Amino acid sequence: MQLTFVDWLIMLLYFVFVLGIGFALKRYMKTSKDFFQAGRALPAWICGLAFISANLGAQEVIGMGASGAKYGLETAHFYGIGAIPAMVFVGIFMMPFYYGSKARSVPEFLRLRFDEKTRALNACSFAVMTVFSSGISMYAMARLIQALHVFDGLFRTLGWAPEGIFTFSIVMSAVIVLLYIFLGGLTSAIYNEVLQFFLIIAGFLPLVLLGLKNVGGWNGLKIAVSAVDPRMMHEWKGVMHSSTNPMGIEIIGIGMGLGFVLGSGYWCTDFLVIQTTMASKNMESARRVPLIAAVPKMVFPFLVILPGLIAISLPTPHTVTTMHEANGIIYHDTTVVSKIAEEGKGIVPAKINPVTGKAMLDASGHPLLDYDMATPNMLLHYFPTGILGLGLTALLASFMSGMAGNVTAFNTVFTYDLYQSYIHKGGSDRHYMAVGRWATVGGILLSIATAYAAINFNNIMDTLQLVFSFVNAPLFATFLLGMFWKRTTGHAAFTGLISGTLAAMLHHGLTLPIEAHPGIHGGWITVVHHYPSDMAQNFWGAIFAFSTNFIITVIVSLFTKPRPESELVGLVHSLTPKPPRAHDRWWKSPEALGIAVLLGAVALNIFFF
Amino acid sequence: MNLDLRIPMGLMFTFTGAIMTTWGIKTNGDAIYEKSLGINANLWWGLVLLAFGLAMFILGQRSQRRLAKNPPPPEEEGDVRRGH
Repeated sequence: MQLTFVDWLIMLLYFVFVLGIGFALKRYMKTSKDFFQAGRALPAWICGLAFISANLGAQEVIGMGASGAKYGLETAHFYGIGAIPAMVFVGIFMMPFYYGSKARSVPEFLRLRFDEKTRALNACSFAVMTVFSSGISMYAMARLIQALHVFDGLFRTLGWAPEGIFTFSIVMSAVIVLLYIFLGGLTSAIYNEVLQFFLIIAGFLPLVLLGLKNVGGWNGLKIAVSAVDPRMMHEWKGVMHSSTNPMGIEIIGIGMGLGFVLGSGYWCTDFLVIQTTMASKNMESARRVPLIAAVPKMVFPFLVILPGLIAISLPTPHTVTTMHEANGIIYHDTTVVSKIAEEGKGIVPAKINPVTGKAMLDASGHPLLDYDMATPNMLLHYFPTGILGLGLTALLASFMSGMAGNVTAFNTVFTYDLYQSYIHKGGSDRHYMAVGRWATVGGILLSIATAYAAINFNNIMDTLQLVFSFVNAPLFATFLLGMFWKRTTGHAAFTGLISGTLAAMLHHGLTLPIEAHPGIHGGWITVVHHYPSDMAQNFWGAIFAFSTNFIITVIVSLFTKPRPESELVGLVHSLTPKPPRAHDRWWKSPEALGIAVLLGAVALNIFFF
Repeated sequence: MNLDLRIPMGLMFTFTGAIMTTWGIKTNGDAIYEKSLGINANLWWGLVLLAFGLAMFILGQRSQRRLAKNPPPPEEEGDVRRGH
């Protein structure tokens, strides 16, 4: 890839501003509340954009493009069913308890509502997950930078060995994220997430526009994609049975598994996103944050899924020789295309085996495609130097925003829920702020270690993500019961969570997607059931974990002593007075906004039908 | 918070837009635009970003000035003003 100084200039400008925001905010960081909770003083629109930006990491931008190239518009389920209804739910129904309880983190809310052990369980698992997630993000970014040869030219100019690119990418991103969080805390992370949000739009919107223009607009895209696989242009058609849609899932798996369990579990209970709502300045704003976030979230399928779809539908490049004659001499011009590109589909390259150097084949002899390269290749395909710098910056920004969200969530949970609760009680506010700053350093160092571990252990990423899914799957049941059933007890919540996680593990150990070998993909105990796809296995695993947690929590609650109702005011729906209606007009209320968002989500689903 | 995000954000996009526009004018008609279907992507998108950046910057400045003139009423007020 040829980058010119303009590309570097744009990238550099972004880094300067990111750090500049951190420095500018340093003087406002006076108390631990400023550092960990942004002083609870940010406007709703900023928190709202940060809310989705915290999730807009590598998994989103690269992963959704990859999924778009692999499954087509069905990927939009992650938005229409997975995210938006959950965001409306958390805004309307759950924020009054999160924000109203004055809890400083999600684990702290669990202590207020249940007990110390439930909090400790959640805080520990969450802290571990955030560190590993940011490590995964770092690793993915360094790998992508290597694959795209972003720094190759720079390294050549400086005379450094190209082996150092991986380390350079990791250290660079770690130092930048560390600096701006160390200086400006959550405010800095949120401000930068908003900056990254706009940058991602600035980088990807022209890409989609150019791509669409190239394939002949929406109708052209429909025709081109249908030539690849006619099922890919539909989100809902064929969803009644797993054999008639590319993802191999069916309506119950999607509705229950993705919508009710996984989507809600993530958007309603993950402190990574909830921390941004807790930073807003009052209850009205806090409730509006996820709803505001849902509006741009509806536009994102167009920004992140379409590049994947366009990538797969473009003509596959081949080595061609053209002949032309000038002044009586015949010229042969050969455009050589690499083997991986030629064996790919569209501009999605084939996957190569790093050992043999040959394309990897699936069970039926077709080359496996490296879908993760769909979106990055689109950038290289359409962007000339200049705007290419902007596109790459947007990509880097997405990685860093994902990382930063994890890091601020980690330092808060570590400081408040682990350090202050179990290691050093009753310290001064200054002390905890210092601990928070050093927890940031520690968290980032651990992430770097994770990223390096990933080089040596091939499967570590998949294994970690698998373990996270075991821990996360049952969570939503605990919050749902805790907030809406006053009888739920602490013992019950704790046992429920553990048995839910065990159920998820058991389910994974007993089932296997078709065409997969027992091991990391499941079936490591024995195979009692085959799923048509790993997506289906994933959704159904979540359903089992959720149901187990729900049932066990209810049963144990009935046999244990509930807390007196007076202690639960502000924590349980039936015992909490309705949030005071602000002086706003009715159409400005969160409820009205929520309904508008839901109507929008329905429209989106119909459009993609 | 005393720092209105729209000010640094506006500045960043203004600069980025300006760089891209200048580069776009300089390279107008170059072969590099074969990639982007013959469209001078730098020039046009640079102008869009320039306009967006300036708008953000001006909005941020205005609200900062208004805040300086009449200090914020305690809580509640003015929380629904969206960025754009």
